[in-house]
Amino acid sequence: MKIGYFPGCSLGGTAKEFDISLRAVMKALGVELVEIDDWSCCGASSAHASSHLLAVSLPARNLLLAGQQGLTEIVAPCAACYSRLVIAQHEVANDAGLKAKVERAIESPLPAGEIRILNVVQLFERIGPEKLQAAKRVDLAGLSIAAYYGCLLVRPHEITGFDDVEQPVIMDAILAATGARLVDWNFKTECCGGAHSISHKPIVTKLSKKILDDARQSGANVVAVACPMCHSNLDMRQVELRKEGGHQDLPVLYLTELLGLALGLGRKELGLDLHFVRLPEQAQTAPQENRA
Amino acid sequence: MKIGVYICYCGENIGRTVDCAAVAKACAELPGVVDSVDYKYMCSDPGQNIIKNAIREKGLQGVVVASCSPHMHEKTFRRACSDSGLNPFLCEIANLREHCSWVHEDVPAATRKAIDLVRMAVEKVKRNGELEPIRVPVTKRALVVGGGIAGIQAALDVANAGFEVVLVEKEPSIGGHMSQLSETFPTLDCSQCILTPRMVEVYQHPRIKLLSYSEVEKVEGFIGNFKVTIRRKARSVIEERCTGCGLCVQKCPTKKAPSEFEQGLAKRPAIYVPFPQAVPNKPVIDRNVCTHFRTGKCGICKKVCGRDAIDFEQQDQFVTEDIGAIIVATGYQLYSISKKPDDSAIKGYGEYGYGKYPDVIDGLQFERIASASGPSSGEIRRPSDQKEPKKVVFIQCVGSRDEAKGFTYCSKICCMYTAKHAMLYKHKVHDGEAYVFYMDIRAGGKMYEEFVRRAIEEDGVKYIRGRVSRIYPSGGKYIVKGEDTLAGEPIEIDADMVVLATAMIAQPNAQKLAQVLGVPYDGYGFYQEVHPKLRPVEVSTAGIFLAGACQSPKDIPEAVAMASAAASKALVLFGSDQLEREPTVAKVNEATCIGCFYCQKVCAYNAIEVKEIRDRKGNLVKTVASVNPGLCQGCGTCNATCPSKSIELLGYTDEQIFAEITALG
Amino acid sequence: MSESNWEPKIVAIVCNWCTYTGADLAGTSRMKYQPNVRIIKLPCTGRIDPVFILKAFERGADGVLVSGCHPGDCHYNAGNFHARRRWMLFRDLLDFVGIEPERLQFSWVSASEGRKWVDVINGVTDAVRARGPFTGYQAINKEFVAHE
Repeated sequence: MKIGYFPGCSLGGTAKEFDISLRAVMKALGVELVEIDDWSCCGASSAHASSHLLAVSLPARNLLLAGQQGLTEIVAPCAACYSRLVIAQHEVANDAGLKAKVERAIESPLPAGEIRILNVVQLFERIGPEKLQAAKRVDLAGLSIAAYYGCLLVRPHEITGFDDVEQPVIMDAILAATGARLVDWNFKTECCGGAHSISHKPIVTKLSKKILDDARQSGANVVAVACPMCHSNLDMRQVELRKEGGHQDLPVLYLTELLGLALGLGRKELGLDLHFVRLPEQAQTAPQENRA
Repeated sequence: MKIGVYICYCGENIGRTVDCAAVAKACAELPGVVDSVDYKYMCSDPGQNIIKNAIREKGLQGVVVASCSPHMHEKTFRRACSDSGLNPFLCEIANLREHCSWVHEDVPAATRKAIDLVRMAVEKVKRNGELEPIRVPVTKRALVVGGGIAGIQAALDVANAGFEVVLVEKEPSIGGHMSQLSETFPTLDCSQCILTPRMVEVYQHPRIKLLSYSEVEKVEGFIGNFKVTIRRKARSVIEERCTGCGLCVQKCPTKKAPSEFEQGLAKRPAIYVPFPQAVPNKPVIDRNVCTHFRTGKCGICKKVCGRDAIDFEQQDQFVTEDIGAIIVATGYQLYSISKKPDDSAIKGYGEYGYGKYPDVIDGLQFERIASASGPSSGEIRRPSDQKEPKKVVFIQCVGSRDEAKGFTYCSKICCMYTAKHAMLYKHKVHDGEAYVFYMDIRAGGKMYEEFVRRAIEEDGVKYIRGRVSRIYPSGGKYIVKGEDTLAGEPIEIDADMVVLATAMIAQPNAQKLAQVLGVPYDGYGFYQEVHPKLRPVEVSTAGIFLAGACQSPKDIPEAVAMASAAASKALVLFGSDQLEREPTVAKVNEATCIGCFYCQKVCAYNAIEVKEIRDRKGNLVKTVASVNPGLCQGCGTCNATCPSKSIELLGYTDEQIFAEITALG
Repeated sequence: MSESNWEPKIVAIVCNWCTYTGADLAGTSRMKYQPNVRIIKLPCTGRIDPVFILKAFERGADGVLVSGCHPGDCHYNAGNFHARRRWMLFRDLLDFVGIEPERLQFSWVSASEGRKWVDVINGVTDAVRARGPFTGYQAINKEFVAHE
């Protein structure tokens, strides 16, 4: 299986371990990632907040490049990149006037067909839990996972058409293939504060604390995420929470890192040492290790 | 031919956009037209007199009135004609208002169109025949579908007027949702106390035939002459023998089926009576959970029954009733907040848990909790752990007034019953706190506003204007996150129990039943009245009337009033022995009919019969089709189907319609 | 009428219970639409003989609209089902003969759909106007006459 790959700016920088673990898992599953040649920033919140045309043109350029490379399917692990790409494709498909403006901006007509854009959860849904089950080497029965979806994976539903907006379950189903226990908790899609992490840190600290507290109260000993922003706010901001006192660390791992552990890949191989909150050694596996 | 044309200005309605004088002038030149007059208000007495006098003085053979829609005044003008000795079917209407002056702005174009329309009507009326109304007998028996408060009221009204009523109810007992209520607003009367005497009255009434646990299967015929087939579902109990002693219910070993009457908050056995005051007080076996029907074992109820009234072999039975008028009172159901994946119209409320939190309940469930005969004997206890909730949050408009996830309309009763629930809660739990999240308060009935103010001022219910964005469980409580818009702040309440005022929606099988009855319905599944202002209880199918919430959300006083209104319509029908039917029925030309009977195959009313033509010696010459004018509804499908054009629809013959088309010019 | 201000003639053959009443509702609500249509009222679309449609074209109609109750809601139970079957065949026949499909259209308009009636009429009128006057009938006639 071959799939186009749009890493986006964060996977080369602050979310390095997301990129590392994704590549490692894809290699282990025999899926070829074809990085889009000459890809550029999707615009994320900055373009979205300042210019509609820019916010659609930047992702459109990347879709154009993907099309030119002959890629019919791409994965964008960063949920914001995914959201911008999917929305841009939807908007130009439904607004001929906008499409014309965008084509002028990127100095090229857009390809006719639709490119299937997947977020990382949809990627594993596509690969299929059965294939993951078959490739499993290590049973993660010692982990109780709270799957955190954040805001951009499942919304807006009219465009993503994926899972349920209020009570999503697909990430849970994928992680269940690792043998871990998935907890039923209440903050699956609650806001973490998003980009206020830069401008209004206390908001993020407060909101992230609520998320982590609920995960812990529901019985989780690890939180799974599928987005660099989610990871950053929930993992990195625990440093502030420690300073406030009375905080109990709760490790936050990428979906790809957890799947990588289940496939028998090593912690360093997956980039787990890059987190602020470490996953304790004994937490990951139950006594039944290396069950092939 | 001598045709008279009468153009109405309808005040300004037609006159402003159509040059009526010009139309009258143009029509005076039409071949056969001997009188062409324009007048301000044709339907008025002087207007009608113009027509009547012209018929008499000029010996008119046909009349065209160019006015408002025939649906408004065709009857008026036809009566004017028959009063003057002209057959009423020699009168045609040209619609210059709804189809011309009201929908166009360009005066010359509208005037040209008006002339065309009148010319078409003139050419048609020249070919109209004199028709005499058909008289059919009226069966003076009513059918009431649905045994809730509306159905009960309608049945009693008709029966007390001296006529027989067949009352069909799909549940094992009559009473409907009103029997589940604890108390009713604004008086806080005990619901069952005011309802059960009526239920008993229905049961004991000599003229009411109660068919409980039954459903309407098929309706044939027409006003005054319906033939209704009813399926009497198998209770597995022989009603005539059962005394209602209840021993079978006591001894049934299967005790874990969720009780429908208790809205899932309590359990019932496989053989059960829905509630103690049920009418009829006879049990029914739920074959889906009964051990005997599932595995062939048990049969304890049959063994203990002293009257041998249990019959496991009982089958559904069909009965046919001759009915003159039908009253539909099938009621409503409540919107369920759980998600129904196969039904995209009902999205459910995921932010309230999609129905998975046991202490987030709906209005009917709260009624059962508060009810003295309910699962907690009237003590307010929450379903999960039976503890007394000290903080209860009530949320209004769940599913109503919600274009995104629910229904656009307002369910009308929720503001009132939420106030009632909050008051009942405070009366029973003195140290409890009650919060109501609302968007608006709609308390428009008699003593309604005063009732809500009591809740706020006397019982200390806290009203918060705003919506709730999330409910989630936390440490045995439920965190209700909402907004207090008047204070301009978010608000979080840790509730022990949450009661949702969910929308009143149409019954799950409303559409199917409507198609069986022949009743139109709107996009929500509510049954459609003929005119929302002036004819609220009639439907376009003659002889069928509506009562209660099946037509739209409403409270008990409105349902009762509407039921009596529907009953009065039925009684008007029963007031005469014969009904005059429109004579625009089909007729066969026996000379040209070849007896292929294609017409019979397409007739939806079985109105075509086989007729034998014999010679004087009694030998069969040929068989032809023959129309039963009592059954024919006048749709004309046979006319269009006949290969030899031997059957025609009187009033809409090929000749008449070709003339209309030809007159377009 | 000269060529420059030619206006299409639309004949609408409708059923009394749904479409005619829906058109009345459009009137009562004072909605506006183009004045090119002339309505012929029948009790039910089941009454419609395909010959009516031909007659309309023969007598100068540039477009014909047939409209009735939604399937399942026919006042006479099944009349509109018969009509639908008839016109599926008839439509193919007319198409074969060369009558452009825009000239003969069908719709379901219920008694509560005043707005839909307006949209349907405007749509049909515009579509027929774009096609120009219907000369098919006259053309055939001329050919026959020329041969005789």
